[in-house]
Amino acid sequence: MQAMAQEETTETKPETTRRSMRILVIEDDREAASWLIRGLAESGHVADHAADGEEGLNLAMEGVHDVLIVDRMLPKLDGLSIVRSLREAGIKTPALILSALGDVDERVKGLRAGGDDYLGKPYAFAELLARVEGLGRRKADQPQETRLRAADLEIDLLTRNVTRLGRPIVLQPREFKLLEYLVRNAGHIVTRTMLLENVWDYHFDPQTNVIDVHISRLRSKIDKGFEEPILQTVRGAGYMIRAT
Amino acid sequence: MQLNYKILQTSTFRLSALYLLLFAISVAALLGYIYLNTTVLLERQTDDTIRAEVQGLADQYRLRGLAGIIETIQRRSREDTGSIYLLADPNNKAVAGNLDTLPNQATTDSEWIEFALDVKHGGLVEQHEARAFHADLTGNYELVVGRDVEPLRQFAGIIRGTVYWALGIALVLGLGGGLLMSRNFLRRVDAITEASRSIMDGNMAGRMPVSGSGDELDRLALALNAMLEQIERLMAGMKEVSSNVAHDLKTPLTRIKANVESALRSGNDEEYREALEKTVEESDRLLQTFNALLSITRAESGQSRSGLEPLDARAILDDVAELYEPMAEELGGGLVVEADGELPVMADRQLLAQALNNLIDNALKYGAKEGEAPQITVSGRVDGDKVVIAVGDRGDGISEQDREHVVERFVRLDSSRSRPGNGLGLSLVSGVMKLHGGSLQLGDNHPGLLAKLVLPLHRAAS
Repeated sequence: MQAMAQEETTETKPETTRRSMRILVIEDDREAASWLIRGLAESGHVADHAADGEEGLNLAMEGVHDVLIVDRMLPKLDGLSIVRSLREAGIKTPALILSALGDVDERVKGLRAGGDDYLGKPYAFAELLARVEGLGRRKADQPQETRLRAADLEIDLLTRNVTRLGRPIVLQPREFKLLEYLVRNAGHIVTRTMLLENVWDYHFDPQTNVIDVHISRLRSKIDKGFEEPILQTVRGAGYMIRAT
Repeated sequence: MQLNYKILQTSTFRLSALYLLLFAISVAALLGYIYLNTTVLLERQTDDTIRAEVQGLADQYRLRGLAGIIETIQRRSREDTGSIYLLADPNNKAVAGNLDTLPNQATTDSEWIEFALDVKHGGLVEQHEARAFHADLTGNYELVVGRDVEPLRQFAGIIRGTVYWALGIALVLGLGGGLLMSRNFLRRVDAITEASRSIMDGNMAGRMPVSGSGDELDRLALALNAMLEQIERLMAGMKEVSSNVAHDLKTPLTRIKANVESALRSGNDEEYREALEKTVEESDRLLQTFNALLSITRAESGQSRSGLEPLDARAILDDVAELYEPMAEELGGGLVVEADGELPVMADRQLLAQALNNLIDNALKYGAKEGEAPQITVSGRVDGDKVVIAVGDRGDGISEQDREHVVERFVRLDSSRSRPGNGLGLSLVSGVMKLHGGSLQLGDNHPGLLAKLVLPLHRAAS
């Protein structure tokens, strides 16, 4: 019943449910930084900027930011050291590490140093935004939940039952994982790369639209026979499951 | 002067000098030992005999008196044994024996004396060395008993001479040989130095001289030559790659430029938008190509070897197959996995998955005859000490002469040119296999292509 009621209230166009965040951008390349800050502002966030590692660490130490965007290579203090120092100081602000060194080894180093996500340069802004917002949400998440809900869709993580409007939906294990990830990020865009990394744990570019095929399979199972599609394609960015 | 100094500095010369020193010491020790053991021993024996004889004669004198000792001395003197006897009376006059006069040195009782002895040899008189024991008897008689020690002394002299000569010859030969060897060595090292200098000056075709004797310098030269060849091959590869890169990047860049320029000329918002979208698409493709190139370089240079860990390739195989299966079905075809049991390998999960990903991607793109749907078989099995993961399709395959060629960067067969791709997929697979100590083998699937990843089997240490 509750699901029905929710559906009535939101039935218009896909709009991500955004919360304004305060983001610290530590990036020495002025042009890249201003491009980032403009993009973040346009997306409704507030961005601070530090042009070198020391300044960045000082600002981040204040602990007032929701997410840090840290360039891997910086003057005075490199990105990994900043994150490491923050973690040692007990500051847990989620950090996205940006690097031109996009390979797997570097990624592992970045995460080991205390980074929460790693993005190789160059990247699409949509990709960065989706990840930054994902990190910002992570803080607010309640990971103890065993039931996830998005609009009229419900997932029971223990029994692995999926229902929509009370009607059971049978999914393959991978489809379940895919749906779980989408629902955890309901109302937010997830990119293909994010899906590939989080659902398949692949950190390379498969060069083909394999993800799209999986999404369309999932869509045929969860949207077929229902009036309102819940799984939406966001052009040029990725996919999103409606939250409400 | 300069050359001599250089020779003295060579390791060969230093080694031979050291060897020479050791050799000389051992020669000296050996001959010294022989010298001591022969001459000194012989001399001591002589002394013992003389002393025994003196004792015997003194006993005769005591028991049988003057007549007894005279008789014995005269008898012994007659025998030509090289022995010397003399019995002198209190006036120092010879009473018996084969010595004419008492030697001047005989002054005190019980004393060893050495003196010159005239020996008649045919018509000649030779002076020999003699060694004798001088003893005073009761009644102021004096007794001298000795030996002609000339042969003994000569023998000792010969041995001493031998020692000096041996040491001298060893020194001369050793030093000379050392110098010669060093000069020979130096000449060959100089030749190698000269060759490397010429290569550094840009003569890339230059090689180290090989004498053909198969010695260590030859082995060094051969190893250096092999290295130079590898470098030359890599450089040729680099040159080819950079010209390929230039070509393959120029084409999309030219397209972008043309698009943007024509949109700018049009002055139409709709066209601006379209051109920008196309630009994003094209630059994405360019970035993909760049990333693929970087991955290949990384795999080939072996940078990620540290990332290898023992894992079951079966899981990777199942995962990647699962990733692609819906796509094969979407195209109306199918993807079947044929494998059972574990496939233990030392691998980098990401890279191995990417390699398999590329093979399946290729099979989906090119693995079906015109108008047919792709039927792909992914198999994995343990074969002896190898793990073989194979992707088979039912397409046109790759002809034998193209198989080696197709692994190179940017190579695309004519049949595939019309389809999207950058010609780097198999290069990456090959690079990844190199990193894993395995190989990519392309074969015939009757019909179609059978691409095999052959990896060393990893046996867990038990």
